[in-house]
Amino acid sequence: MTIQEWFDKRKEAQIERRARDMKGIEVETPELWTKCVHCGAQMLKTDLEENMFVCPHCDYHFRINATERIKQLFDEGSFEEMFKNVLPTDPLNFVDTEPYAERLKKAHAKTGLDEAVITGIGKIEGHKIAAAVMDFDYMGGSMGSVVGEKVTRIMEEALKQKLPMLAVTSSGGARMQESALSLMQMAKTSCAAGRLDEAGILYINLLTEPTFGGITASFGTLGDIIIAEQGARIGFAGRRVIEQTIRQKLPEDFQTAEYLLKFGQVDIVSKRKNLRKTLANILDMHGV
Amino acid sequence: MTQVLDFEKPIVEIQKKIDELKKMSEESGMDLNSQIEDFEKQAQDYKKELYSKLKPSQKLQIARHPERPKFLDYVDLICEDFIELHGDREGMDDRAIIGGLAKLDGKPVMIIGIQKGKNTKENLEYNFGMPQPQGYRKALRLFKHANKFNMPIVTIIDTPGAYPGIKAEETGQGAAIAMNLREMSKLNVPIVSIITGEGCSGGALGLAVADRVMMLEHAYYTVISPEGCASILWRDASRFADAAEALKITSKDLLEFNIIDEEIKEPLGGAHCDYNVTASNMKNAILKALKELSKKSPETLKNGRYDKFRAMGRFVVS
Repeated sequence: MTIQEWFDKRKEAQIERRARDMKGIEVETPELWTKCVHCGAQMLKTDLEENMFVCPHCDYHFRINATERIKQLFDEGSFEEMFKNVLPTDPLNFVDTEPYAERLKKAHAKTGLDEAVITGIGKIEGHKIAAAVMDFDYMGGSMGSVVGEKVTRIMEEALKQKLPMLAVTSSGGARMQESALSLMQMAKTSCAAGRLDEAGILYINLLTEPTFGGITASFGTLGDIIIAEQGARIGFAGRRVIEQTIRQKLPEDFQTAEYLLKFGQVDIVSKRKNLRKTLANILDMHGV
Repeated sequence: MTQVLDFEKPIVEIQKKIDELKKMSEESGMDLNSQIEDFEKQAQDYKKELYSKLKPSQKLQIARHPERPKFLDYVDLICEDFIELHGDREGMDDRAIIGGLAKLDGKPVMIIGIQKGKNTKENLEYNFGMPQPQGYRKALRLFKHANKFNMPIVTIIDTPGAYPGIKAEETGQGAAIAMNLREMSKLNVPIVSIITGEGCSGGALGLAVADRVMMLEHAYYTVISPEGCASILWRDASRFADAAEALKITSKDLLEFNIIDEEIKEPLGGAHCDYNVTASNMKNAILKALKELSKKSPETLKNGRYDKFRAMGRFVVS
């Protein structure tokens, strides 16, 4: 390796590291312009949006919220939300540096959502499908009682109507502020996935940036087919926890969708622009 | 000698006084029996008071006590004729999860538990009770065996969590736990789970989708370790006592939220003070639960298990 190559490689690694650190943090540049957190390219916000929030220059996939995800995946106007009336409470009266009740209010104000998942029934290129779509912007997409309840309800609805089921995950894991109640949502949603399995109903997981902890350890990986979006980070334990435990450096691409594909943990890694078509094809081939 | 926890120091002080009095009485020939009895009663009362009002962070210390009985101790004390069954059939025998056939009061059961060590050497062998995906898959293999041959399943849980490692991630730690949660819900045989020490996160739940979930009196069960929670929410792991308080991790709390079905009493001072009493209390609780569950049809059992977890959670419907 020449010195120049060494410098280039180092710079590349730096850019990637920065991109990872900055993922999801919106870069504020005045008005209409925005900057790619990965390659630094300037672009019009509308251009980015038209390109499904994928950088036209370096193909970096920005994290998107549940509403945008639904817009991208489902036939226009076909998605009908269900179970919106299931709302969070503060069963433990949990207070850390801020009361949980306050955090819920802030999350609502920030996202306009009532919880970290949107559930409902829609169509993907004409194929009717039940879905749960998680939103990372609402308290890190964490699963408490409401997320567990809504995911379970939509799975039971899929069972009742004999519809295929899609779970789009984006979550840091179980919600600490509901402690063991959150933990039990892992059991609850997995039991519901078990009923779909026994009934021979097709269940698809779409893992998106990021999917961790209690989600990968429950309904997030119980699908018959697991698709991961390009570049998404997916795992059980967080990178920092693993580094602290084993005290060694982790591979650069550790816990990325591409890394997991190499180790046989996901069926498909897909670019965002191909997701809809891929899902439609899979549904088609299962005759649903 | 038993390791003394910080909050137990006053008891040790009183005991010292009692020993001194006894010695004095022997040496001088003075009759100090009534004083000694008095002190002993005081010590006993103090102990009872202390252990009935432990803070969550103090229970944590008892639950993690190095001399606390481990899975294989319970197997020895509760079961007869244990035959260990090894391996996941895919290249590994995770030592953090141990399981096999045994007789419980003369009847065959499948008993599976998370094993911790009592010293460094043992802990290296058992990986400090932190299972790999291969351990959960071994457990699943044994669950299915029990299901096939119609044997009840008993699981004993004591873990700081599933192992966070490179290979664990590469071989699907999350997926292995998820699969157990799902498959346990489908089993046709009675399942009884006991959290005996640490019940941390998915690593514990991965063996605990049971018809009856019980906890030893000073065990804890939580979504994340108090240290982990403190380092994330307080950004300071040393605030773990606050996190332990907030997370509501004790058997009393979990009974209140209907997350566990029963608390099993420990001897005064904790399970490590008397292995036999602890094991006997556990055995009685398991037998009682299995007796009730064995009357149910497979369908009733399965539906009951589904409904039990289905009902967990607190929310409002507008």
